[in-house]
Amino acid sequence: MTLPISVVNLAEPWWVGIIKAIVIFAIGLQLIPIILLLERKLLGRFQGRYGPNRVGVFGLMQPLADIIKLATKEGFRPRTSVAFLFMIAPAISILTAVATLAIVPFGNTVDIFGTEVGLYGIDPSIGILYAFAFGGIAFYGLMLGGWASGSKYSFLGSMRSAAQLISYEISQGLALVGVIMMAGSLSLTEIVEAQSVQGWFIGPQIVGFMIFLIAGFAETNRAPFDLPEADAELVGGYMTEYGGLGFVSYYFAEYLTMIIVSALTVTLFLGGWELPFGWYTPGWAGPFVVLGKTLLIILLFIWVRATLPRLRYDQLMTLGWKILLPLATLNTLVTATLLVTT
Amino acid sequence: MADLRDEDVIAVQRGPKAGVARGTYRAFGETLRGLKTTLARVAEKPLTIQYPEEKTPVFPRFRGRHKLHKFEDSGLEKCVGCSLCAAACPADCIRVVAAENDPEDRVSAGERYAAVYEINMSRCIFCGYCEVACPFDAITMGHDYELSDLNRSDLIFTKEMLLAEPLERTPLRTEDE
Repeated sequence: MTLPISVVNLAEPWWVGIIKAIVIFAIGLQLIPIILLLERKLLGRFQGRYGPNRVGVFGLMQPLADIIKLATKEGFRPRTSVAFLFMIAPAISILTAVATLAIVPFGNTVDIFGTEVGLYGIDPSIGILYAFAFGGIAFYGLMLGGWASGSKYSFLGSMRSAAQLISYEISQGLALVGVIMMAGSLSLTEIVEAQSVQGWFIGPQIVGFMIFLIAGFAETNRAPFDLPEADAELVGGYMTEYGGLGFVSYYFAEYLTMIIVSALTVTLFLGGWELPFGWYTPGWAGPFVVLGKTLLIILLFIWVRATLPRLRYDQLMTLGWKILLPLATLNTLVTATLLVTT
Repeated sequence: MADLRDEDVIAVQRGPKAGVARGTYRAFGETLRGLKTTLARVAEKPLTIQYPEEKTPVFPRFRGRHKLHKFEDSGLEKCVGCSLCAAACPADCIRVVAAENDPEDRVSAGERYAAVYEINMSRCIFCGYCEVACPFDAITMGHDYELSDLNRSDLIFTKEMLLAEPLERTPLRTEDE
């Protein structure tokens, strides 16, 4: 019997995998405080103020100060909560986010000291499905967290996230079908390689790109789709009852999901580790190109957050089911027709 | 409950409802316009005033912490202990105890002087009535507004504190500002 792991590209020795896991984990997690600070600084500038500038030079130590503050908070849980689920829910959120980070390809296979190393955690032949599977499990983190808190605000928040996640995951998945058909593969590295031959998919798949991005805003619970945690009416959504490290975990997972959605957008539509205009990209430059492009998408996320007001609940559902889903279906059909006829 | 179906009710005039294509176009265009607006803010300097280091200049007539005055030539206090300020004070935060002047060693220019003059700054509402009530311009409102303290009793300003030359901690607005 072949294990599912055998379909995963394991061209390199096992210890390379461990080193890669550590490196990706370390770099991926270091991005979070940077993005946190970047977001607060940029939001400030978008609104005509400075943003954090007190802790350290230019406020660079602000994320550290936040973490120290939150980590030293007293751990508590409401009397009505379900202890086990209340503890495990933030962990599910983080786990799924970190697991998805593994499939983001940062570069092609390169030769490091005589060992062939693929610059990605793993390259399963079902890459996109893997990402969606973990996206689906991530929903349990929010749902269980909100439900196990034993508070009506948390519960309402988690119900909203559940409805939102389900509605938008469909459009997001359908938006990618066009890309998958054009690349002829689900593997993320093969999709990038197909783009170096056919040109970036943002051109022919512009509709898919827009739908994927909009659904990505909704997936990561960010403005203008941040109504699961609408501060004004729901206090803090599913994480209302979490303080200290539980709260950190949820925030952490949210930002990590943002990085992953941006990185996936880069991989699927923006040519991954390829430089634009057909410039030659050396193998070692791949990770920097991917991180640079990811940063650009994250800037877009922040920009949109600073601009758009939150949608009403029925508007959110209308957009998801009546506009994005038909558009994504149409996009799939048109792509399929064009691929077959030409 | 009044019947709302009368002529007082104003019907809201709404434009024609946009179709799907037009509505989408409009929403998209407005989104782009919003994005442009926010991006334009990045190029501008932030409006924030970095408070403890940087202070908003106050207007000359700003009503901050009170000052008691002396005559510049003789050095005598202007306050004659008439208690009109205490009477005018709506917050009742001024306490004046008057005493007869000793002709040998005068404290104020008048017949009497304020032996005790206290303003409780934690109760003062900075209305400036004391300044208006004073017949000798002995008390005026200064410009200092940084009056926080760790102890309530420290906020009761005595005569010596009010007479002392205040630390000018507040920038004054110039003519053209």
